[in-house]
Amino acid sequence: MADEQKKLAIIATKGTLDWAYPPFILASTAAALGYEAQIFFTFYGLQLLRKKLSLKVTSLGNPGMPMPMGMDKWFPVLFQALPGMEAMMTSMMKAKMKAKGVASVEELRTMCQEADVKLIACQMTVDLFDMDPSEFIDGIEFGGAATFFEFAGESDICLFI
Amino acid sequence: MANWDQELDASGLNCPLPILRAKKALAGLQSGQVLHVIATDPGSVKDFEAFAKQTGNELLESKEEGGKFHFLIKKA
Repeated sequence: MADEQKKLAIIATKGTLDWAYPPFILASTAAALGYEAQIFFTFYGLQLLRKKLSLKVTSLGNPGMPMPMGMDKWFPVLFQALPGMEAMMTSMMKAKMKAKGVASVEELRTMCQEADVKLIACQMTVDLFDMDPSEFIDGIEFGGAATFFEFAGESDICLFI
Repeated sequence: MANWDQELDASGLNCPLPILRAKKALAGLQSGQVLHVIATDPGSVKDFEAFAKQTGNELLESKEEGGKFHFLIKKA
C-alpha cells in the first residue's frame, strides 16, 4: 500500500505572508487526498517554521498586487516604501483573508502537521543566518539537499515555491 | 436530499478548508456512512468532485440550494 501512495515534494523558499500559503495549502490538500507530502524549507522559507510567525506582505517590487481603492494604479511606488506602509498592508491583507474565510497560515501549518506532512528545515540556512532552532515549531526535521532528494527522487509531483 | 449520518457546515470557509474539514469528518465515519457537507465556496463544487475521484469516497449528490452548495459523500 505504501508504495502505491502518491508523493508530493515541495521546496518552500519564500518568507512573506502571501507566499506562505501555496506550500501549506498544497501539502495539506495533498495529504487529504491520500498523498505522502514533504516540504523542504530553505532560505527565507524558514520564516514559515517559526513558533511565532511575523510574516508580512508588501507591494514593493510587486506591481501585480491588488490594493484597495485602485491604489495599485495611482499610489506612487516611492510612498509604498514609507515607514508603516508594510505593517498597514499586512494588516489589511490579514483582515481581507479573515473576511473571505481564508485560513490563517498557522491553521494550515497545524493541519499539515496533523496530517503527517513532513517539514524539513534546511540545516545550511539555519547555520548561515545563525537561526535558533528552539524558535522553530516542534516536530520538524533538519536536513540538507541530499535529504530532500531522498524523498523528491521518488515523488510524483515536485514543486519549487 | 437523501439521508446522511453526519453534517458538516463549512459555510464561509474558503479553499482548501472545506476539503480538509470534510476529510477529517470522514475519518470519524464508518465505511458506507454518508457525510453531508454545506459550503459557500463556489470552488468547492469542482473540488469535491476531484476529492471523490482521488480518494475513492463516492460523491452521491452535489447541488446548489438557497445560495449554498450541498454535497453528500459516502465513505469508501
